Amino acid sequence: MNGETILDVRDLHTHFFLRRGVVKAVDGVNLTLRRGEVLGLVGESGCGKSLTALSLMRLLPKSGARTVRGAVLLHGEDILLRTPAAMREIRGRRISMILQDPQTSLNPVFSIGDQLREAFLRRPRARLAEVMKAAVAALRRVDIAAPEQRVGQYPHQMSGGMKQRVVGAIAISGEPEVLIADEPTTALDATIQLQYLKLLKRLQRQNGMAILFITHDFGVVARMCDRVAVMYAGRIVECGPVRQIFEAPAHPYTRALIASVPKMNGAAGRLTTIEGQPPSLMDLPAGCRFAARCVHAEQRCREAYPGTFQVGEEHTADCWRLDPGVSITGCHPERSEGSSGNGVSVRERSLAALGMTSQR
Amino acid sequence: MSVESLEADHKSPPTGDRPLLRVERLRKHFELTKGILFSRTLGHIKAVDDVSFEIRAGETLGLVGESGCGKTTTSRMILNLETPTDGQVLLEDQPIHGLQGAALRAFRAKVQAVFQDPWSSLDPRMTVCRTIAESLIVNAWGDRASIAERVRELLLQVGLRPEQALQYPHEFSGGQRQRVALAAALASRPKLIVLDEPVSSLDVSIRAQMMNLLKDIQAQDNVAYLLVAHDLATVRHMADQTVVMYLGKIVEQAPTAVLFDDVRHPYTKALFSAVLLARPNREEEEIELAGEVPSPLNLPTGCRFHTRCPYVMPHCSQQEPALREVAPGHTVACHLFDGNGSAGFQPAPARSAGS
Repeated sequence: MNGETILDVRDLHTHFFLRRGVVKAVDGVNLTLRRGEVLGLVGESGCGKSLTALSLMRLLPKSGARTVRGAVLLHGEDILLRTPAAMREIRGRRISMILQDPQTSLNPVFSIGDQLREAFLRRPRARLAEVMKAAVAALRRVDIAAPEQRVGQYPHQMSGGMKQRVVGAIAISGEPEVLIADEPTTALDATIQLQYLKLLKRLQRQNGMAILFITHDFGVVARMCDRVAVMYAGRIVECGPVRQIFEAPAHPYTRALIASVPKMNGAAGRLTTIEGQPPSLMDLPAGCRFAARCVHAEQRCREAYPGTFQVGEEHTADCWRLDPGVSITGCHPERSEGSSGNGVSVRERSLAALGMTSQR
Repeated sequence: MSVESLEADHKSPPTGDRPLLRVERLRKHFELTKGILFSRTLGHIKAVDDVSFEIRAGETLGLVGESGCGKTTTSRMILNLETPTDGQVLLEDQPIHGLQGAALRAFRAKVQAVFQDPWSSLDPRMTVCRTIAESLIVNAWGDRASIAERVRELLLQVGLRPEQALQYPHEFSGGQRQRVALAAALASRPKLIVLDEPVSSLDVSIRAQMMNLLKDIQAQDNVAYLLVAHDLATVRHMADQTVVMYLGKIVEQAPTAVLFDDVRHPYTKALFSAVLLARPNREEEEIELAGEVPSPLNLPTGCRFHTRCPYVMPHCSQQEPALREVAPGHTVACHLFDGNGSAGFQPAPARSAGS
């Protein structure tokens, strides 16, 4: 699983420039994606996770959103500096995307086959007969029964789950190295969601692509991801291996968020809640963005944004209570390794600081 | 509505032993036609087919199932927004369909609803105060001052500030709007509120706030809820009774605690195993259902689930299973529990549908 780094996002800032002010929707995001891994990007609505994805694809809405700072390195090369024509070559071929709603990502007036062929015809030296065959093969690859008949059908003749499979087939048709999946199963029913997640895992195993999986559902994270980045008000506040995030979350926000998910076991009493609302992205506080809702907030939390601290192996969090005196930059596991000595003791200390004991 | 009762976490016992709402053999078949002038019937969509259950005062019944299982149609019939093809709904022993005039208005005051999407369920051109007061004005609840006082009380009850009464829906976040919708539903002191996916459009942290609020209000006002949801964890935290539907039929029904302890029907099992637990590395006993839900226009013969069932037996495609009691209060519609000496039988998967 420890593959090379494919995508390295450094200090990404994407802001909306409105008449009323600047909305800092993505405000200093650092993350890396390695070959063959699934990195979950979790957060509540408005935290900037979808806009991060759109910034990576350079598909920002025209209504004034601009990436004002940062770099997106694809194999060490900054794609934010590429020309629009070069970017078109990257999209679909090297980085691809699946959106939440298959209803809107497919064109209702073209048949499924036409839309698949469009993806294949963009390849150099594509021949029509081969493209037709490739379209059927692509549908078979995503487990669509009777693909020869389905290829001539229109989106309205298919169920939601099937449409999302078609979207998946189009997304991986160019054999991308990176697949960005933005809430791909939110619109699907539970049993269909499980089918789709299994399909995505299988496709990933087959061609070793890296997946950036954006979701708000911790169940999906637990099922799909190797590592998780938790986002709050435009920044990644915690990042680490999925087990550690669930069993020993270091950031108070992550902890509260996991605690507020209704459980399928244990007591069915009152749920833990996070009081208040996220801060306005137009008027972000100077200090920690979670301080106003945090039960552990102190004076320094309100005064300055905390650095990113090492919590465990490949596990970092932005919280003053974890301050061991050594700060490192962002969600970059390979850079942080060994940079702050004994990570485990720091983690134990962080747990003690948050008044909790290691659950396992 | 005192502070003490707010803190009381347990529910007051249901008053009397007559259920508040009885749904009896409810059916709704939608006719599918082609053509306008000389239209011909192509078939019937059996959206709801022979559904019966009861809700007691102050109790929550969870109605679970995937899209197209008929849970929303059932709730619309209970709200008297849809006329059943057959069967009846009784509120306090009175049939609700066919009510007119003042009787219908009185019914509407007793049964209210909160819908999934707080962005479309509130009128954007009405202040929150007007939205909440509307049912009070319609029912001539009192004079201006007393209505204003009631709105104030309701806003406080749902955790909003009284001075927010004069704001418009666009000034609120999704969670706050859902609170406004709840305040509007509570205004006429209903006996039953139909909650159609009340928290599924809300974020995780806001969802927990809303669910706690709903429980608090139930404890204070002794209102019954019909909770229509697809999320089993939400139902587990909210409902006293749970009904699982598949393609217009009830497949399993039990007190929530019993059901979550002892799932019987293969479909319910699959639904439970499809719940992605917020715990990593748990792939054991995962049942992946093959295929999709069949079209309600062309229902499978016999048991409606037999086309996807991992435990399918030869007679499942011929004979429709009836709901049978497998334990006190726990009923299941499945041939595995027909009582042919197979009670408590733990079936081995006939074919596993996994990768």
